[in-house]
Amino acid sequence: MSAMPASETVKELSMLKQKEMIAGNYEMLATAKEAGRKVVSTFVPGNLNELMMCFDMVNNLPEINAIQNAMRKKSGGYIMEAEKRGHSEDVCTYVKADLGMLAKGNLGPDGRPLPDPDLLLLSYTGCFTFMKWFELLRQQYKCETAMLHVPYEGDGHASKNMRDYVVKQLKEEVIPKLERVSGIKFDIDRLRQYLKESAKAEEDFVWVLESAKHKPSPIDAYFGGVYYIGPIFTAFRGTADATEYYRLLRQEIEQRVAQKLGPVTPDGEIHQERYRLVVEGPPNWTSFRDFWKMFYDEGAIVVASSYTKVGGVYDLGFRHDPEHPLESLAEYCLGCYTNRNLPSRIDLLEKYIRDYEADGLLINSIKSCNSFSAGQLLVLREIERRTGKPAAFIETDLCDPRYFSPANIKTRLESYLQMIEQKRHGAAPSVAAE
Amino acid sequence: MTMTSTATADIVARCQSLFDDLNFAYAREWKAATPGRKVIGYLPFYVPRELIHAAGALPLGVLGGGDQLEVIHGDAYYQSYICRIPRSTVELGVTGRLDFVDGMLFPSICDVIRNLSGMWKIMFPKVKSRYFDVPQNYRDEVGGTFYINELGELRQMLAEISGREVGDDAIRASIALYNENRRLVREVYAFRAKQPWKAPSAEVYLVMRAGMILAVEEHNRLLRDYLAAAAAEDRPRRDNSRVVITGAFCEQPPLSLIKSIELAGCYIVDDDFMLVNRWEHSDVPVEGDPIQNLALAYLHNSGDTSAKYEPDQKKKGLYLVEAVKRSGAEGVIFAAPSFCDPALLERPMLQEVLAAHGIPYIAFKYAENSGQMQPIREQAGTFADSIKLWSEQ
Ligand code: SF4
Ligand code: SF4
Repeated sequence: MSAMPASETVKELSMLKQKEMIAGNYEMLATAKEAGRKVVSTFVPGNLNELMMCFDMVNNLPEINAIQNAMRKKSGGYIMEAEKRGHSEDVCTYVKADLGMLAKGNLGPDGRPLPDPDLLLLSYTGCFTFMKWFELLRQQYKCETAMLHVPYEGDGHASKNMRDYVVKQLKEEVIPKLERVSGIKFDIDRLRQYLKESAKAEEDFVWVLESAKHKPSPIDAYFGGVYYIGPIFTAFRGTADATEYYRLLRQEIEQRVAQKLGPVTPDGEIHQERYRLVVEGPPNWTSFRDFWKMFYDEGAIVVASSYTKVGGVYDLGFRHDPEHPLESLAEYCLGCYTNRNLPSRIDLLEKYIRDYEADGLLINSIKSCNSFSAGQLLVLREIERRTGKPAAFIETDLCDPRYFSPANIKTRLESYLQMIEQKRHGAAPSVAAE
Repeated sequence: MTMTSTATADIVARCQSLFDDLNFAYAREWKAATPGRKVIGYLPFYVPRELIHAAGALPLGVLGGGDQLEVIHGDAYYQSYICRIPRSTVELGVTGRLDFVDGMLFPSICDVIRNLSGMWKIMFPKVKSRYFDVPQNYRDEVGGTFYINELGELRQMLAEISGREVGDDAIRASIALYNENRRLVREVYAFRAKQPWKAPSAEVYLVMRAGMILAVEEHNRLLRDYLAAAAAEDRPRRDNSRVVITGAFCEQPPLSLIKSIELAGCYIVDDDFMLVNRWEHSDVPVEGDPIQNLALAYLHNSGDTSAKYEPDQKKKGLYLVEAVKRSGAEGVIFAAPSFCDPALLERPMLQEVLAAHGIPYIAFKYAENSGQMQPIREQAGTFADSIKLWSEQ
């Protein structure tokens, strides 16, 4: 096992690098005003990071702030604060966690105050709530807002009309506003450079995702996947740092594949892959570790997930293209998972179950998120019908701890895994996964 | 009983029976009357009904199953934290009540309706379903170009369904009819705002619901008849407070809720129950390129609601303040369906704007099948009283 120390070192490098990058961005946010840099807030789906970099702007992602707060168990308090101030119990908890945080001094996950945004880049991609979220923030901050309407792929593909519309908005609305707010003239060649870098990172990122086709899978593509999507979905796509991160990560995973190793978890390595699952839906953040543990304690590895595609779908061939920069940005936005119609989401999940040789589909239905959740019960039945594999359905939330019942979830998960077991041995399933 | 009171009662009774009929007999009969006729269903909040009409088809507003429909199958499609309208719409679909509908349009109102468009494609593959995306950019060369192309695609889809071309002249003629319809709808609303005791809201509601199914020519006649009959009828005037209802633009409240609010002492002098019927503020031009006219009307001369982005922060929410002023209202009732993202996310912003204008409000949630009216009656009653007290100071 002399190879072990080397792989440990490589793993630490990629993990360390990511931590550095995230901390670095929060540092940039905290010191943005002093440094004379402008701050732009935007969303993960439709995150035009490379474009923002052209204007030396710091990228603030309220969804990521909410996730970071949730993982630090701060979101519950923020949500209650927002509800006290009149925000409905029924709406997305990301929004409430953000508004609650704002009401309580806008201290970021690292304890330092987050800067007021100079621009809200309302990338209206895959989620209705986004529009309202930034209208609410605009009402608070009274700042510039740029609407980028990314049409929904109602028929399962992006039409020329949709692409042209997004490109035109970039030219006529978004870029002029970015120029005005930052004081920097747009240089399309600079954008090309960043997109070139993005494509490199995307290549390695996809390799990492597809490594889960191996048996055993060297990664967990949901819980572990959350860390892998970090740089590419957030403030780093297009940076040399991100390219380096994915290079290191790929190397690390290559080693794991060569040694037939399973994924690393907070409790150490998985030595026995007993179940291969595809998961649909975002994870719960407030009990992230506990939730993950329920899976790996049973040897259940997630081999593919839809959540790792919310910030962009790269495993169907799309790469950012420096030859057609604005068209490429448009295509990227249009292709984000939640902007795809339900039939094509089902097709993708079906493809994952087959390509990754999964035992079944588990849907983690999020109370907050109508975009993901409305129609998931049909998704469940369709996948079962098409693949013959059993599917399970659990209900949690993103960052409201009131909606995570560990005992309940554990029981459901265990019954589901039992059912997979029974199916394997030809027994008729006696317990419904419901 | 005078002739005129019979007249309003007759009109309303007809509207009530159309409203109650979840098998849509009127639309089925309309379709069967001439071979080749088609019916196109549409969900809230807005579709260009003129195009449907120009294709020779009947636009059928699908507003869920209401409180008379028991949802048995529909619940298997939705988690508990999702509103009721998609469930009852699915129920209507799977029980065959919409089996005569040839096409379904799902406007870009929210992610539930959006995803329902995809579900419909899977569940009813023989029906042509389309997600109808309205522009959130209002510049002619940007959002306008996008939208004109979207309208072109819709026109194409309708032509395919109806089996014939949808010509410009046909669209112009339809625009003229719907202009008339919108004028009459506005007239009814203005009449009610001026003399609300002569146009009880439950009646006006039923008259408007009739417009979701009747052929536009018929609905125009009905609206004229109602205006004449209601004007002629003597009805007792009450000392009610005047309110605007907002947030109920998709899943509809039960009729009993509307009645309860009036019984509690509020005249509803404006509402957003069926945005499509007054979406354009004034006539859409009939000369020139009709598709372009419809597009420009949407961009520059149409309503405001949660699902439509407001680019100017200073203008956000003013549509509600204007509705209050225009109708002479004294307060606002925020009535949202439970779990409704568009209504509930919008609400705090609107409340802040109302507060800045000194307009009082209350808020509650409902479901299309809410049975318990007592709490709402109490809340509305207290509100009506407080408005009167406040205005006496
Ligand atoms: S509703 Fe869903 S997609 Fe939208 S902000 Fe909330 S979690 Fe994200
Ligand atoms: S009631 Fe609200 S959330 Fe439900 S479908 Fe209608 S707009 Fe969407």
